[in-house]
Amino acid sequence: MPQFRTPSAIPGFGLTYGFVWLYLSIIILIPLGAVVLWAASLGPAKLVAILTRPDTFSALRLSFGLSLLAAGVNAVFGLIVAWVLTRYSFPGRRFFDAAVDLPFALPTAVAGIALTAIYAQNGWVGSLFAPGSLWASVFGPLKIAYTPLGIFVALVFIGLPFVVRTLQPVLVDLDKELEEASATLGARRPTTLFKVILPTLAPALLTGFALAFARAVGEYGSVIFIAGNIPGVSEIAPLLIITRLEQFDYGGATAIATAMLALSFVILLLVNFTEAWSRKRLGHVR
Amino acid sequence: MSADTLAVAPSAGTVAPVRLPSPVTESPVAKAVLIALAVGFLAFFLLLPLAAVFVEAFRKGVGAYLESFEDPDTLSAVWLTVVVALIAVPLNIVFGLAASWAIAKFEFKGKSFLLSLIDLPFSVSPVVSGMCYVLLFGANGVLGPWLAKHDLQIIFALPGLVLATIFVTFPFVARELIPLMQEQGTSEEEAALSLGAGGFRTFWSVTLPNVRWALLYGVLLCNARAMGEFGAVSVVSGHLRGLTNTIPLQVEILYNDYNFVAAFAVASVLAGLGLVTLAIKTGLEWRYGDQISAAHRH
Repeated sequence: MPQFRTPSAIPGFGLTYGFVWLYLSIIILIPLGAVVLWAASLGPAKLVAILTRPDTFSALRLSFGLSLLAAGVNAVFGLIVAWVLTRYSFPGRRFFDAAVDLPFALPTAVAGIALTAIYAQNGWVGSLFAPGSLWASVFGPLKIAYTPLGIFVALVFIGLPFVVRTLQPVLVDLDKELEEASATLGARRPTTLFKVILPTLAPALLTGFALAFARAVGEYGSVIFIAGNIPGVSEIAPLLIITRLEQFDYGGATAIATAMLALSFVILLLVNFTEAWSRKRLGHVR
Repeated sequence: MSADTLAVAPSAGTVAPVRLPSPVTESPVAKAVLIALAVGFLAFFLLLPLAAVFVEAFRKGVGAYLESFEDPDTLSAVWLTVVVALIAVPLNIVFGLAASWAIAKFEFKGKSFLLSLIDLPFSVSPVVSGMCYVLLFGANGVLGPWLAKHDLQIIFALPGLVLATIFVTFPFVARELIPLMQEQGTSEEEAALSLGAGGFRTFWSVTLPNVRWALLYGVLLCNARAMGEFGAVSVVSGHLRGLTNTIPLQVEILYNDYNFVAAFAVASVLAGLGLVTLAIKTGLEWRYGDQISAAHRH
């Protein structure tokens, strides 16, 4: 029989290993298993029928679409923020570096009501686009809070640290010699940036994008206040789960949750795959 | 590349050497634009909402702000949040210590699978985390009828809130300790054991002091999330005023009642907690960067 554990002089393996599995099972595995079993008992035909119902389908499309968009914006600005924070020195750099973690530090409900206050028609930003503003007289009024645009703003807020914090360690480890080599071979700075640095960062950027996307799809607290929650227009998938649970429609809730869990699983696989691939290719990305 | 990358040799009496664009860094203009973009983005998207919390909370003055905390429902929400955190956080500390001991000090099959399972709660939507307990313990859930028969309530009661909170804060302590303890290896523990210390003594006097800052770091993050969690707790709470509302849920109720000053006043307490956590966390990264997990050294 092959050895399960390498022999060691240190005690306590049985106790800690057993406790880890016990606790993991009670808190995570059995409850999540209940979701999987419930979904399985529905059967694929019913699952598809629930997911293609117009209200469910539009909520899923809204959640996935806006999350993709927000993660895209975060990838671009996250890259700029990470680059500036690791490469340049300017007054307040450490302050802004710490501020990147604000979306992690601020409870989601707090962020939700704060964003709503800012982007409502009478808020600091919302009033700049409300009827009567300069913007409205040129382009027509723009409503941000209580529309999908508001949801997008909230998703940008919560997703940013994922991209920045994934890129930063890679940028720190980035070999300056690569850039110098590129320069001595005659490349101008933009060429080096786009042909040498960006490809090296690509796996981390993709990982950050995927993490921001996964978080955005499941996000609830910071979104529901600003969303307006109009069925079919600005109702997100997590909210629909809660609505179904309140109607004691556990099947409907499980179907939506299964679609979201499946997506998170695919994303996790994708992230692990890119990381393994880039380790093989570059040898150092964490 | 031709003449423009060759430095112009300065010679006496001629004009100062022309500064050519450096091929290994961006031009000052590009730098300034990028810094402005990054700082502007951070200020607009992250700092503005934070400022809004406090401005809205004090919109009607300090008196109205303080009055918000006289509401008995708000006070019971604060109390409930503290109770939930006091149960959930210590349990996750025990788990984190056990998991890091088993994973970092021993070699066994299936370790990376176990690591992915520990990280799993981070990739599950908070709403789904709460939902899975409703499926198990809710009125129509798997164990619902049995619980009803024995007059036990988990959903819409304290146990449900605690379970949902443990779920969402599950990985925080473990994921801070595991990489650090893996880095530290087992030689110090082996030395202690060979000198006659028992297993528990070794853990208490050798291992624990080695990871104390990482442990504090993980506990801080775990506690902040436990007190601020909204989605998962919202699903299992039932929103019974004064009974099953934690602070974030109380914020929602006040907000939906159009009681904005009180909502933002209570929210400002959570924001304050978040800021203090962030400040200590940043301080730990600067001061003890070498004694916490490698991922935080930048």
